[in-house]
Amino acid sequence: MDIVKVVLRDQEFEVKAGMTLRHALEKIGVNRETVLATRNGELITDDEILQGGDVIKLIAVISGGLVQGVFQ
Amino acid sequence: MKCRQCEAKAVINMRQHKLALCANHYIQWIVTQTQRFIEKYHMFTHQDRILVAVSGGKDSLSLWDILWQLGYLTEGLYIGLGIDGGVNYSSRSHQLCVQFAAQRNLNLISVNVPQTYGMSIPEIAAHTQRGKNKPCSVCGLTKRHIMNQVALEGNFDVLVTGHNLDDEVATLFGNTLNWNVGYLQRQRPLLLDNHPGLVRKAKPLCRFYEREMAAYALVRGIEYIYDECPYAEGSTSIYYKGLLNQLELDRPGAKLSFYLSFLQAKETGFFSKPINLEYGEENVGAGGETLYTCPKCGQPTTAKGLCSFCRMMEKISR
Repeated sequence: MDIVKVVLRDQEFEVKAGMTLRHALEKIGVNRETVLATRNGELITDDEILQGGDVIKLIAVISGGLVQGVFQ
Repeated sequence: MKCRQCEAKAVINMRQHKLALCANHYIQWIVTQTQRFIEKYHMFTHQDRILVAVSGGKDSLSLWDILWQLGYLTEGLYIGLGIDGGVNYSSRSHQLCVQFAAQRNLNLISVNVPQTYGMSIPEIAAHTQRGKNKPCSVCGLTKRHIMNQVALEGNFDVLVTGHNLDDEVATLFGNTLNWNVGYLQRQRPLLLDNHPGLVRKAKPLCRFYEREMAAYALVRGIEYIYDECPYAEGSTSIYYKGLLNQLELDRPGAKLSFYLSFLQAKETGFFSKPINLEYGEENVGAGGETLYTCPKCGQPTTAKGLCSFCRMMEKISR
Protein backbone atom coordinates (compact mmCIF):
# COMPACT_ATOMS: atom_id res chain seq x y z
CA MET A 1 0.00 0.00 0.00
CA ASP A 2 1.76 3.14 -1.17
CA ILE A 3 -1.05 5.62 -0.73
CA VAL A 4 -1.47 8.17 2.05
CA LYS A 5 -4.84 9.66 2.82
CA VAL A 6 -4.94 13.34 3.84
CA VAL A 7 -8.17 14.62 5.39
CA LEU A 8 -9.13 18.28 5.79
CA ARG A 9 -12.65 18.87 7.17
CA ASP A 10 -14.92 17.05 4.68
CA GLN A 11 -12.29 16.82 1.93
CA GLU A 12 -10.10 13.80 1.31
CA PHE A 13 -6.91 13.73 -0.75
CA GLU A 14 -4.57 10.90 -1.72
CA VAL A 15 -0.82 11.31 -2.11
CA LYS A 16 2.01 8.88 -2.69
CA ALA A 17 3.86 7.43 0.29
CA GLY A 18 7.50 8.39 0.75
CA MET A 19 7.11 12.13 0.42
CA THR A 20 7.35 14.59 3.30
CA LEU A 21 4.27 16.20 4.81
CA ARG A 22 5.49 19.55 3.43
CA HIS A 23 5.61 18.12 -0.09
CA ALA A 24 2.19 16.49 0.35
CA LEU A 25 0.66 19.81 1.43
CA GLU A 26 2.20 21.53 -1.60
CA LYS A 27 0.76 18.79 -3.84
CA ILE A 28 -2.77 19.25 -2.55
CA GLY A 29 -2.49 23.05 -2.46
CA VAL A 30 -2.78 23.62 1.29
CA ASN A 31 -0.72 26.39 2.89
CA ARG A 32 1.18 24.77 5.76
CA GLU A 33 0.88 27.98 7.78
CA THR A 34 -2.88 27.44 8.04
CA VAL A 35 -3.01 23.86 9.31
CA LEU A 36 -1.67 21.43 11.87
CA ALA A 37 -1.24 17.79 10.93
CA THR A 38 -1.90 14.77 13.12
CA ARG A 39 -1.21 11.07 12.61
CA ASN A 40 -2.93 8.70 15.04
CA GLY A 41 -3.88 11.73 17.13
CA GLU A 42 -0.25 12.94 17.46
CA LEU A 43 0.98 16.23 16.03
CA ILE A 44 3.66 15.80 13.36
CA THR A 45 6.08 18.32 11.83
CA ASP A 46 6.28 18.94 8.11
CA ASP A 47 9.60 17.14 7.58
CA GLU A 48 7.87 13.85 8.52
CA ILE A 49 8.04 11.25 5.75
CA LEU A 50 4.58 9.80 5.12
CA GLN A 51 4.22 6.01 5.09
CA GLY A 52 1.83 3.91 3.02
CA GLY A 53 -1.52 3.50 4.80
CA ASP A 54 -1.05 6.64 6.88
CA VAL A 55 -4.13 8.77 7.49
CA ILE A 56 -3.11 12.36 8.07
CA LYS A 57 -5.75 14.57 9.61
CA LEU A 58 -5.29 18.27 8.94
CA ILE A 59 -6.66 20.74 11.46
CA ALA A 60 -7.49 24.16 10.07
CA VAL A 61 -6.37 26.80 12.53
CA ILE A 62 -7.82 30.00 11.13
CA SER A 63 -10.88 31.63 12.63
CA GLY A 64 -12.31 35.04 11.98
CA GLY A 65 -15.06 37.60 12.18
CA LEU A 66 -14.95 41.33 12.67
CA VAL A 67 -11.77 43.09 11.58
CA GLN A 68 -12.19 46.76 12.23
CA GLY A 69 -13.04 48.14 15.61
CA VAL A 70 -12.09 45.01 17.44
CA PHE A 71 -11.51 45.69 21.08
CA GLN A 72 -11.93 49.46 21.20
CA MET B 1 12.60 16.94 13.60
CA LYS B 2 13.85 16.95 17.18
CA CYS B 3 13.07 19.16 20.15
CA ARG B 4 15.67 21.90 20.61
CA GLN B 5 15.57 21.30 24.38
CA CYS B 6 15.65 17.54 24.82
CA GLU B 7 16.08 15.80 21.43
CA ALA B 8 12.67 14.10 21.76
CA LYS B 9 10.37 14.13 18.72
CA ALA B 10 9.12 17.65 18.03
CA VAL B 11 5.38 18.31 17.73
CA ILE B 12 5.74 21.80 16.29
CA ASN B 13 8.25 23.76 14.28
CA MET B 14 7.94 27.55 14.56
CA ARG B 15 9.83 28.79 11.55
CA GLN B 16 9.60 32.44 12.62
CA HIS B 17 11.57 31.57 15.76
CA LYS B 18 13.65 28.78 14.18
CA LEU B 19 12.44 26.67 17.09
CA ALA B 20 11.08 23.11 17.19
CA LEU B 21 9.79 21.69 20.50
CA CYS B 22 8.36 18.47 21.91
CA ALA B 23 4.96 18.47 23.63
CA ASN B 24 6.26 19.07 27.16
CA HIS B 25 8.70 21.80 26.24
CA TYR B 26 6.13 23.42 23.97
CA ILE B 27 3.63 23.80 26.82
CA GLN B 28 6.37 25.20 29.06
CA TRP B 29 7.47 27.62 26.33
CA ILE B 30 3.92 28.95 25.74
CA VAL B 31 3.29 29.44 29.47
CA THR B 32 6.66 31.15 30.04
CA GLN B 33 6.28 33.41 27.03
CA THR B 34 2.76 34.42 28.11
CA GLN B 35 4.10 35.46 31.50
CA ARG B 36 6.83 37.43 29.74
CA PHE B 37 4.27 39.31 27.60
CA ILE B 38 2.07 40.00 30.64
CA GLU B 39 5.05 41.63 32.37
CA LYS B 40 6.43 43.37 29.29
CA TYR B 41 3.15 45.16 28.58
CA HIS B 42 2.31 45.67 32.30
CA MET B 43 -1.00 43.88 31.83
CA PHE B 44 -1.81 42.66 35.35
CA THR B 45 -0.36 41.06 38.46
CA HIS B 46 -1.16 38.07 40.67
CA GLN B 47 -3.10 40.40 42.97
CA ASP B 48 -5.57 41.45 40.23
CA ARG B 49 -8.97 39.85 39.67
CA ILE B 50 -9.08 38.85 36.02
CA LEU B 51 -12.15 38.27 33.87
CA VAL B 52 -11.37 36.00 30.92
CA ALA B 53 -13.75 36.34 27.97
CA VAL B 54 -14.27 32.82 26.63
CA SER B 55 -16.07 31.77 23.46
CA GLY B 56 -15.45 28.02 23.50
CA GLY B 57 -12.77 28.48 20.85
CA LYS B 58 -9.12 27.42 21.02
CA ASP B 59 -7.66 30.83 21.82
CA SER B 60 -9.82 31.91 24.73
CA LEU B 61 -9.90 28.50 26.42
CA SER B 62 -6.14 28.14 25.98
CA LEU B 63 -5.66 31.59 27.47
CA TRP B 64 -7.77 30.67 30.50
CA ASP B 65 -5.80 27.43 30.87
CA ILE B 66 -2.45 29.27 30.73
CA LEU B 67 -3.51 31.89 33.29
CA TRP B 68 -4.84 29.11 35.52
CA GLN B 69 -1.49 27.31 35.26
CA LEU B 70 0.30 30.56 36.12
CA GLY B 71 -1.81 30.88 39.27
CA TYR B 72 -3.72 34.05 38.37
CA LEU B 73 -7.09 34.85 39.98
CA THR B 74 -9.45 34.25 37.07
CA GLU B 75 -13.12 33.87 36.34
CA GLY B 76 -14.60 33.26 32.90
CA LEU B 77 -17.25 35.17 31.00
CA TYR B 78 -19.25 33.43 28.31
CA ILE B 79 -21.65 35.46 26.15
CA GLY B 80 -24.41 33.38 24.54
CA LEU B 81 -25.13 35.04 21.20
CA GLY B 82 -28.09 32.91 20.16
CA ILE B 83 -26.38 31.69 16.99
CA ASP B 84 -27.53 28.32 15.73
CA GLY B 85 -26.31 28.15 12.13
CA GLY B 86 -27.62 24.60 11.83
CA VAL B 87 -24.87 23.32 14.13
CA ASN B 88 -26.15 24.55 17.54
CA TYR B 89 -23.13 26.84 17.55
CA SER B 90 -23.91 28.84 20.70
CA SER B 91 -25.20 25.99 22.83
CA ARG B 92 -22.22 23.77 21.91
CA SER B 93 -19.70 26.49 22.62
CA HIS B 94 -21.39 27.21 25.97
CA GLN B 95 -21.29 23.55 26.88
CA LEU B 96 -17.54 23.41 26.17
CA CYS B 97 -16.90 26.46 28.38
CA VAL B 98 -18.97 24.98 31.22
CA GLN B 99 -17.05 21.70 30.92
CA PHE B 100 -13.67 23.48 30.85
CA ALA B 101 -14.48 25.51 33.98
CA ALA B 102 -15.85 22.48 35.86
CA GLN B 103 -12.72 20.41 35.09
CA ARG B 104 -10.55 23.10 36.73
CA ASN B 105 -13.00 24.16 39.43
CA LEU B 106 -13.18 27.69 38.00
CA ASN B 107 -16.15 30.06 38.03
CA LEU B 108 -17.90 30.81 34.73
CA ILE B 109 -20.28 33.76 34.39
CA SER B 110 -22.74 33.33 31.53
CA VAL B 111 -24.76 36.09 29.86
CA ASN B 112 -27.41 35.00 27.41
CA VAL B 113 -28.11 37.74 24.82
CA PRO B 114 -31.59 36.51 23.73
CA GLN B 115 -32.71 36.21 27.37
CA THR B 116 -31.21 39.56 28.39
CA TYR B 117 -32.18 41.66 25.39
CA GLY B 118 -35.11 39.69 23.95
CA MET B 119 -33.33 39.00 20.65
CA SER B 120 -30.41 36.95 19.38
CA ILE B 121 -27.46 38.63 17.65
CA PRO B 122 -28.71 37.71 14.14
CA GLU B 123 -32.16 39.08 15.07
CA ILE B 124 -30.68 42.34 16.40
CA ALA B 125 -28.60 42.62 13.22
CA ALA B 126 -31.70 42.12 11.08
CA HIS B 127 -33.34 45.09 12.85
CA THR B 128 -30.45 47.49 12.34
CA GLN B 129 -28.56 49.00 9.43
CA ARG B 130 -25.23 47.86 10.91
CA GLY B 131 -23.18 45.30 9.04
CA LYS B 132 -25.14 45.02 5.77
CA ASN B 133 -26.89 41.74 6.66
CA LYS B 134 -23.78 40.34 8.38
CA PRO B 135 -24.15 40.25 12.16
CA CYS B 136 -20.39 40.50 12.89
CA SER B 137 -20.48 44.24 13.55
CA VAL B 138 -23.50 43.95 15.88
CA CYS B 139 -21.86 40.96 17.56
CA GLY B 140 -18.62 42.84 18.21
CA LEU B 141 -20.41 45.90 19.57
CA THR B 142 -22.65 43.83 21.85
CA LYS B 143 -19.81 41.68 23.16
CA ARG B 144 -17.64 44.72 23.95
CA HIS B 145 -20.54 46.31 25.83
CA ILE B 146 -21.35 43.19 27.86
CA MET B 147 -17.70 42.37 28.62
CA ASN B 148 -17.09 45.88 29.93
CA GLN B 149 -20.35 45.89 31.91
CA VAL B 150 -19.77 42.51 33.57
CA ALA B 151 -16.16 43.42 34.42
CA LEU B 152 -17.24 46.71 36.00
CA GLU B 153 -20.19 45.27 37.92
CA GLY B 154 -18.07 42.40 39.19
CA ASN B 155 -15.26 44.75 40.25
CA PHE B 156 -12.71 42.95 38.11
CA ASP B 157 -9.37 44.71 37.68
CA VAL B 158 -8.86 43.61 34.11
CA LEU B 159 -10.66 41.95 31.22
CA VAL B 160 -8.58 39.66 29.02
CA THR B 161 -9.36 38.24 25.60
CA GLY B 162 -7.75 35.54 23.48
CA HIS B 163 -6.81 37.68 20.48
CA ASN B 164 -3.78 36.06 18.86
CA LEU B 165 -1.17 37.55 16.54
CA ASP B 166 -3.09 36.58 13.40
CA ASP B 167 -6.14 38.46 14.72
CA GLU B 168 -3.99 41.47 15.51
CA VAL B 169 -2.18 41.43 12.19
CA ALA B 170 -5.40 41.01 10.18
CA THR B 171 -6.84 44.02 12.02
CA LEU B 172 -3.65 45.98 11.48
CA PHE B 173 -3.57 45.06 7.80
CA GLY B 174 -7.22 46.06 7.27
CA ASN B 175 -6.83 49.33 9.09
CA THR B 176 -3.61 50.13 7.23
CA LEU B 177 -5.18 49.41 3.83
CA ASN B 178 -7.92 51.88 4.68
CA TRP B 179 -5.71 54.23 6.73
CA ASN B 180 -8.12 54.10 9.65
CA VAL B 181 -5.81 56.15 11.82
CA GLY B 182 -8.24 56.17 14.77
CA TYR B 183 -8.29 52.37 14.90
CA LEU B 184 -4.52 52.19 14.42
CA GLN B 185 -4.07 54.51 17.37
CA ARG B 186 -6.29 52.33 19.54
CA GLN B 187 -4.71 48.97 18.71
CA ARG B 188 -2.50 47.94 21.64
CA PRO B 189 -1.80 44.83 23.76
CA LEU B 190 -3.17 46.77 26.76
CA LEU B 191 -5.92 49.38 26.96
CA LEU B 192 -6.02 51.40 30.16
CA ASP B 193 -9.08 52.10 32.33
CA ASN B 194 -8.77 55.86 32.03
CA HIS B 195 -12.51 56.53 32.33
CA PRO B 196 -14.86 55.66 35.22
CA GLY B 197 -16.94 53.39 32.96
CA LEU B 198 -14.03 51.62 31.34
CA VAL B 199 -12.26 48.49 32.48
CA ARG B 200 -8.59 47.75 31.70
CA LYS B 201 -8.30 45.32 28.79
CA ALA B 202 -5.40 43.07 27.87
CA LYS B 203 -4.52 40.60 25.14
CA PRO B 204 -1.84 38.27 26.56
CA LEU B 205 -1.76 36.05 23.43
CA CYS B 206 -1.17 38.91 21.01
CA ARG B 207 2.30 37.65 20.05
CA PHE B 208 1.41 33.99 19.43
CA TYR B 209 0.48 32.77 15.97
CA GLU B 210 -2.99 31.28 15.64
CA ARG B 211 -1.35 28.00 14.62
CA GLU B 212 0.59 27.98 17.88
CA MET B 213 -2.56 28.41 19.94
CA ALA B 214 -4.30 25.57 18.10
CA ALA B 215 -1.25 23.38 18.77
CA TYR B 216 -1.30 24.34 22.45
CA ALA B 217 -5.00 23.41 22.75
CA LEU B 218 -4.35 20.07 21.04
CA VAL B 219 -1.30 19.18 23.12
CA ARG B 220 -3.09 20.17 26.35
CA GLY B 221 -6.17 18.16 25.34
CA ILE B 222 -8.46 21.18 25.54
CA GLU B 223 -11.75 20.44 23.85
CA TYR B 224 -12.76 23.49 21.81
CA ILE B 225 -15.35 24.30 19.18
CA TYR B 226 -13.69 23.48 15.88
CA ASP B 227 -16.47 24.72 13.62
CA GLU B 228 -16.15 28.31 12.58
CA CYS B 229 -18.95 30.72 13.52
CA PRO B 230 -21.45 30.24 10.65
CA TYR B 231 -21.38 33.99 9.96
CA ALA B 232 -17.57 34.19 9.72
CA GLU B 233 -17.54 32.45 6.35
CA GLY B 234 -16.33 34.85 3.70
CA SER B 235 -15.41 37.47 6.29
CA THR B 236 -12.80 40.08 5.53
CA SER B 237 -10.64 38.97 8.46
CA ILE B 238 -10.37 35.43 7.10
CA TYR B 239 -9.53 36.82 3.68
CA TYR B 240 -6.78 39.01 5.15
CA LYS B 241 -5.46 36.10 7.21
CA GLY B 242 -5.22 34.05 4.01
CA LEU B 243 -3.18 36.77 2.29
CA LEU B 244 -0.91 37.21 5.30
CA ASN B 245 -0.33 33.47 5.59
CA GLN B 246 0.68 33.38 1.93
CA LEU B 247 3.28 36.02 2.78
CA GLU B 248 4.33 34.05 5.87
CA LEU B 249 4.79 30.90 3.78
CA ASP B 250 7.37 32.64 1.60
CA ARG B 251 8.87 34.81 4.34
CA PRO B 252 8.69 33.17 7.77
CA GLY B 253 8.32 35.78 10.49
CA ALA B 254 6.65 38.39 8.25
CA LYS B 255 3.47 38.53 10.39
CA LEU B 256 5.37 38.87 13.66
CA SER B 257 7.67 41.50 12.23
CA PHE B 258 4.71 43.52 10.86
CA TYR B 259 3.05 43.57 14.29
CA LEU B 260 6.16 44.24 16.37
CA SER B 261 7.35 47.00 14.04
CA PHE B 262 3.90 48.57 14.35
CA LEU B 263 4.06 48.52 18.16
CA GLN B 264 7.56 49.97 18.03
CA ALA B 265 6.45 52.72 15.66
CA LYS B 266 3.60 53.59 18.04
CA GLU B 267 5.96 53.82 20.98
CA THR B 268 8.01 56.39 19.13
CA GLY B 269 4.89 58.41 18.38
CA PHE B 270 4.26 57.46 14.77
CA PHE B 271 0.47 57.19 15.05
CA SER B 272 -0.17 59.37 18.05
CA LYS B 273 1.63 61.32 20.70
CA PRO B 274 4.18 59.11 22.47
CA ILE B 275 2.75 56.70 25.02
CA ASN B 276 2.89 58.00 28.61
CA LEU B 277 2.36 61.58 27.48
CA GLU B 278 -1.24 61.90 26.38
CA TYR B 279 -2.39 58.27 26.58
CA GLY B 280 -3.15 57.44 30.16
CA GLU B 281 -4.79 60.75 30.98
CA GLU B 282 -8.23 60.64 32.52
CA ASN B 283 -11.04 60.65 29.94
CA VAL B 284 -8.72 60.34 26.98
CA GLY B 285 -9.17 57.26 24.81
CA ALA B 286 -6.41 55.05 23.49
CA GLY B 287 -6.43 57.06 20.27
CA GLY B 288 -6.12 60.36 22.12
CA GLU B 289 -9.82 61.17 21.64
CA THR B 290 -12.02 62.69 24.37
CA LEU B 291 -14.28 60.20 26.14
CA TYR B 292 -17.79 61.07 27.34
CA THR B 293 -20.14 59.08 29.56
CA CYS B 294 -23.22 57.45 28.07
CA PRO B 295 -26.19 58.80 30.09
CA LYS B 296 -27.95 55.44 29.89
CA CYS B 297 -25.35 52.76 30.67
CA GLY B 298 -22.46 54.83 32.06
CA GLN B 299 -19.94 53.36 29.63
CA PRO B 300 -17.56 55.62 27.71
CA THR B 301 -18.36 56.94 24.28
CA THR B 302 -16.42 59.12 21.88
CA ALA B 303 -19.41 61.39 21.15
CA LYS B 304 -21.78 63.20 23.51
CA GLY B 305 -25.08 61.38 24.13
CA LEU B 306 -25.87 57.68 24.00
CA CYS B 307 -23.10 55.19 23.22
CA SER B 308 -23.30 53.10 20.03
CA PHE B 309 -24.72 50.10 21.86
CA CYS B 310 -27.51 52.05 23.60
CA ARG B 311 -28.32 53.88 20.35
CA MET B 312 -28.63 50.54 18.57
CA MET B 313 -30.84 49.04 21.28
CA GLU B 314 -33.07 52.16 21.32
CA LYS B 315 -33.48 51.94 17.57
CA ILE B 316 -34.64 48.33 17.60
CA SER B 317 -37.01 48.82 20.54
CA ARG B 318 -38.98 51.49 18.63
